[in-house]
Amino acid sequence: MPHLDAAFSALADPTRRAILARLAMGETTVMELARPFEMTQPAISRHLKVLEGAGLILRRIEGAKRPCRLAPAGIAEIDQWLAMLREALATNYDRLDEVLAVMNLNERKEKP
Amino acid sequence: MTLTLKIEGEKYVVVTRRFAASPEAVYRAHTEPNLIQKWLLGPDGWTMPVCINEARPGGKIRYEWSDGAGGGFHLTGEYLELKPFNRIVHVERMHLPDPTPDNRVETRFEPDGAGTLMTMRMTLPDAETRAAMLATGMEHGMEASYARLERLI
Repeated sequence: MPHLDAAFSALADPTRRAILARLAMGETTVMELARPFEMTQPAISRHLKVLEGAGLILRRIEGAKRPCRLAPAGIAEIDQWLAMLREALATNYDRLDEVLAVMNLNERKEKP
Repeated sequence: MTLTLKIEGEKYVVVTRRFAASPEAVYRAHTEPNLIQKWLLGPDGWTMPVCINEARPGGKIRYEWSDGAGGGFHLTGEYLELKPFNRIVHVERMHLPDPTPDNRVETRFEPDGAGTLMTMRMTLPDAETRAAMLATGMEHGMEASYARLERLI
């Protein structure tokens, strides 16, 4: 998983998370992206470069514009990865459910 | 029951889970060694031969896991705050064998109907550490998945 470290560093920045949230609604140009963030276009471009390097967005060339959109593969990779971690935790907590059920039984036995 | 795992902000990981037991029981299962050793094990086949848990402010935590085939690792930590049956704050680090940066963990147990809602908020020093910690968790998760797969084939 070559992008994963880069992806998590990319996600550490609130502006970049906001950019991804905006892109989730569809393809956008840098100019449109810069507007709600009160940032210059070069500043936004720097963030986009980080997101692109992490495999989270794709950009295409359309004349002078470079519209960007979410990269489904990159996003899926993060999802899949968190799902796997969730599964590891879930195994422990399923076991805890059994421990709690036994504790509950014992408690009932002790009470007259 | 459903487990949620979310990354928040730059350095938080938040896990929630409901349990069909009282906050007292869930709290005890997190602080009494003989109970912890029954469930905090990771992948199937792993055991926790050493479990030290001094549930008082400043008390020490030491968990040693073994895969039964010579492999293993351990975790150490210290308790910062405990409010019985409701809230635990501790720091922990894994030794792989070099210690990972401290993970500050706040665990809350709140009554939820007839059961308990547990919310565990982990605070890592920075985004890079969080990525590394999640990656470690994933390795163990994958091991469990492979082990299950082996049983199926």
